[in-house]
Amino acid sequence: MSGLLTSGLGWLRTTDQEEIMPAPLDPTPRLQEYAHPERLVTTQWLAENLENPDLVVVESDEDVLLYETGHIPGAVKIDWHTDLLLPVERDYLDGPGFAELLGSKGIGRDTTIVLYGDKNNWWAAYTAWVFTLFGHADVRLLDGGRNLWVAEGRDLTTDVPTPTPAEYPSVERDDTTFRAFKEDVLAHLGQGPLVDIRSPQEFTGERLHIPDYPEEGVLRGGHIPTAHNVPWATAVSEDGTYKPRAELAAIYQAGGLGITDEDKVITYCRIGERSSHTWFALHFLLGIPDVRNYDGSWTEWGNAVRVPIVAGDQPGEAPAA
Amino acid sequence: MTDDAAPALPKSLAEIREDFLALSESERLQLLLEFSRELPDLPERYAAAPGMLEKVEECQSPVRAFAEVSDGVVHFYATAPQEAPTTRGFASILAQGLSGLTPQQVLDVPEEFPLQLGLTRAVSVLRLNGMAGMLTRAKRQVVEQLAAA
Repeated sequence: MSGLLTSGLGWLRTTDQEEIMPAPLDPTPRLQEYAHPERLVTTQWLAENLENPDLVVVESDEDVLLYETGHIPGAVKIDWHTDLLLPVERDYLDGPGFAELLGSKGIGRDTTIVLYGDKNNWWAAYTAWVFTLFGHADVRLLDGGRNLWVAEGRDLTTDVPTPTPAEYPSVERDDTTFRAFKEDVLAHLGQGPLVDIRSPQEFTGERLHIPDYPEEGVLRGGHIPTAHNVPWATAVSEDGTYKPRAELAAIYQAGGLGITDEDKVITYCRIGERSSHTWFALHFLLGIPDVRNYDGSWTEWGNAVRVPIVAGDQPGEAPAA
Repeated sequence: MTDDAAPALPKSLAEIREDFLALSESERLQLLLEFSRELPDLPERYAAAPGMLEKVEECQSPVRAFAEVSDGVVHFYATAPQEAPTTRGFASILAQGLSGLTPQQVLDVPEEFPLQLGLTRAVSVLRLNGMAGMLTRAKRQVVEQLAAA
């Protein structure tokens, strides 16, 4: 409805959100140092707030059956592949589809959503990113994800909740503020930092040909020119929680990649899930305003005709305009 | 639509397919979950040396599997972590469906078998590629053992 508000200035929304976050914030001291401490909750806080009617816990996993084996009591499941992506085109739900999905999970526009999942929250962060494209205000990540919750021996249940459907408005997805397409990335080369979140072997192009691969995924190996390789795991501590702000800053800002608040940044990986995890750290934890995730990522770039590619461990130069 | 391929399918795999197709889509997920719980433990010789099993790169989860030919009969062994139930379910289907077949019967299993279980919407084709990868590798392992025999 408010196209003006959501284009370009979308990041401003994140600074206004404390007023419209219905569930209380997690006051844990170590979270307060982040640019947007309201974006993370600890396992302890979540355990104490599960009964809050303003809060819906959502599990998003790589493994489509993991939720069924046991989940946080009251949590609903949203699958990145079968729920968020369209079955035919490679794109996300539209406004009405998103409204139907969230409404069916008992989520209203003002509901506080806490996301968690397997694989160090890759898919939870990806879902958080998609929810942010739709401008859902109060989206938080469970720091440490499913692994930490399970490791701490906290409650799991196989009881699947039957939420009372909620009215969720149909909101147009904003594909300009936090999402980058291939053409945006081409225009971005030489204009700002590009962060490649994949493993070093994927970055150099060494790893691509997988024996007996039943359906070839990517035709070319390497990375997008000018990209710096910072594998996603660099952003987390051993228990899967995000590193303290000072450590994140040393990796991505002064002393590391040198990203400043004035930079326009794009992150990518293979299909955009691991880079959502880093997008979340850059935008919400370090407060870098303009960070877009390129969800086409290497499965698009490595198959595209006549796009520049660099092999090896150096970022490479932007092609001459 | 894939019934043309049906006659070639061994009874064990055909029954598994019928069991899936008889259910609604959400119930199929539950059946896959049951399969994941039924994945047998590795025989001692593999449990002691998991390196003998081959890693299946197509699966994002760390799954190892091996199709062993002994006395003219195939056995399929696999191990995958508890936190990867989908992968365990795929492996369990193959363990139950391939074990006891002759090498030729395994080689004749259509490549698209994973897509015939009615799971493409509930699980997604992308994920089913993981099972296709296991099947492809199992066939190659059978061929290699026949050649070495």
